Amino acid sequence: MNVTIELTVNGRAHRLDVEPRTSLADALREQLGLVGTTLGCEHGVCGSCTVLVDGTAVRSCLALAVQARDADIRTVEGLADGDRPHPLQEAFAAEHALQCGFCTPGFLMLLAGALADDPELDRDERRLEEVLASNLCRCTGYAGIRRAAVRAAARMRGEGERDSAGHAG
Amino acid sequence: MGDMKPAQFDYVAPGSVPEAVAVLAGRGPESRVLAGGQSLLIELRYRTARPALVVDVNGIPGLAEIAVEDGSVHVGALVRHAQLERARFDDPLAGLFREVAPYVGHPPIRARGTFAGSLAWAHPASEWCALAMAMGAGIELEGPAGRRTVPADSWFRGRFATACLPEELVTGVRLPRPPAGAVPAFAELRRTHGSFALAAALVVLRLVDGRVDWVRVGLANAADVPLRAVEAERLMVGEPPEPELLAEAAARAAAEANPPDEPHAPAAYRRHALATLVRRCLTRAVRARHEHPGAA
Ligand SMILES: Cc1cc2nc3c(=O)[nH]c(=O)nc-3n(C[C@H](O)[C@H](O)[C@H](O)COP(=O)(O)OP(=O)(O)OC[C@H]3O[C@@H](n4cnc5c(N)ncnc54)[C@H](O)[C@@H]3O)c2cc1C
Ligand code: FES
Ligand code: FES
Repeated sequence: MNVTIELTVNGRAHRLDVEPRTSLADALREQLGLVGTTLGCEHGVCGSCTVLVDGTAVRSCLALAVQARDADIRTVEGLADGDRPHPLQEAFAAEHALQCGFCTPGFLMLLAGALADDPELDRDERRLEEVLASNLCRCTGYAGIRRAAVRAAARMRGEGERDSAGHAG
Repeated sequence: MGDMKPAQFDYVAPGSVPEAVAVLAGRGPESRVLAGGQSLLIELRYRTARPALVVDVNGIPGLAEIAVEDGSVHVGALVRHAQLERARFDDPLAGLFREVAPYVGHPPIRARGTFAGSLAWAHPASEWCALAMAMGAGIELEGPAGRRTVPADSWFRGRFATACLPEELVTGVRLPRPPAGAVPAFAELRRTHGSFALAAALVVLRLVDGRVDWVRVGLANAADVPLRAVEAERLMVGEPPEPELLAEAAARAAAEANPPDEPHAPAAYRRHALATLVRRCLTRAVRARHEHPGAA
């Protein structure tokens, strides 16, 4: 039996008619057309499907859409501010933190959640590593992703605004 | 590998424990309780679980609290792994939670998955199950016949099997508080950062006047069920924690294990790993205690 839910996605209210078995990931992709959220493994391992639910980074393949009733969801499509990319997006481009890009939305949302929770995450190398180890990337070897995280964190704190060589900190 | 989408099911989100119990009383055998969903959603996809009804308990108020009481700590059924990772109350259990939690999945998994859900799922490699076993936890249930508490040593019945009846809901877990000054240590062997434990060991130990006065040893993935290495504990109580004794106790703990042969971990290898992990934990707990003699 289908269930009707209301939820907010990237600041916009939606009403969705979902089957209980539909994952949040599938509802976002197939019913709302937000295909930036990618599905790699569909069993919680890869993290490519990571989105923010009420500000916390979670696997959208491991939540049911019906559980998102009244929730505030943010996906990669909601990261940029109009035409201005989010600092994380700019840093990923600058630091070559992506190649094929399949994992990128998941990493962006993982870091968006982690940096909102702790804006100084990059100052604790072990904790940053622990957060980054949540998701898998088959291309980059993670070094660029780590640099991008550090660069974006500094930017988001208002440090090293104009340091294009990335030598800040 | 099978389907990657779950079969159809109905969904209900009760607003209270009595409501949930009423639903389970009628449809328990064809239902599954949904807590953090970090294991159940995978089972639904692989269709190793095919319930006609999913009972989502996340909307029930009052189940997400950690309550520190006189002799025990009560962990509500909706306390997430991440809450235990941040536990700050004044008891050795808080240190134990903080020490173990980082080994349970990743931050996004820990944001949703629950302690009680881990006990209900009963994966043989579960760190929380080993902790519950070692610390003598009581699993609190509510069902059509009322409330009952099942001690950990009769809770785990095999791989993914527990004493929970289909009509029952786990409402929380009660953990007796270890004596003040007891020191926790945890060590785990796993193939990758994201893997489940190949083997893990947990120790909580107290020294008084240079002798082991109280000790618990828990083992994960050492058998079909989590283990408490009682004989290893008995060997140490009353003795000074000399390296030889700790090595002997570690070997005894490994002998108490009954690990099945697995492709990446033959039984002999797993036993060897367990002895090493236990010895590491014991050494660390003893050393930590000596470095902070005022901790008690
Ligand atoms: C990538 C990944 C890595 C992981 N790594 C680890 C790890 O290293 N160690 C580890 O221990 N776990 C690991 N897990 C599993 C995770 O810890 C789960 O959160 C946990 O096993 C189950 O908790 P849950 O709240 O998510 O339960 P759910 O998935 O909601 O439920 C699991 C089972 O328990 C039952 N259940 C849950 N709550 C109740 C209740 N209150 N009453 C009755 N029945 C209940 C459900 O019906 C279901 O059968 C991992 C998971 C993923 C996806
Ligand atoms: S698709 Fe969700 S974790 Fe891989
Ligand atoms: S950029 Fe290809 S998987 Fe990460």
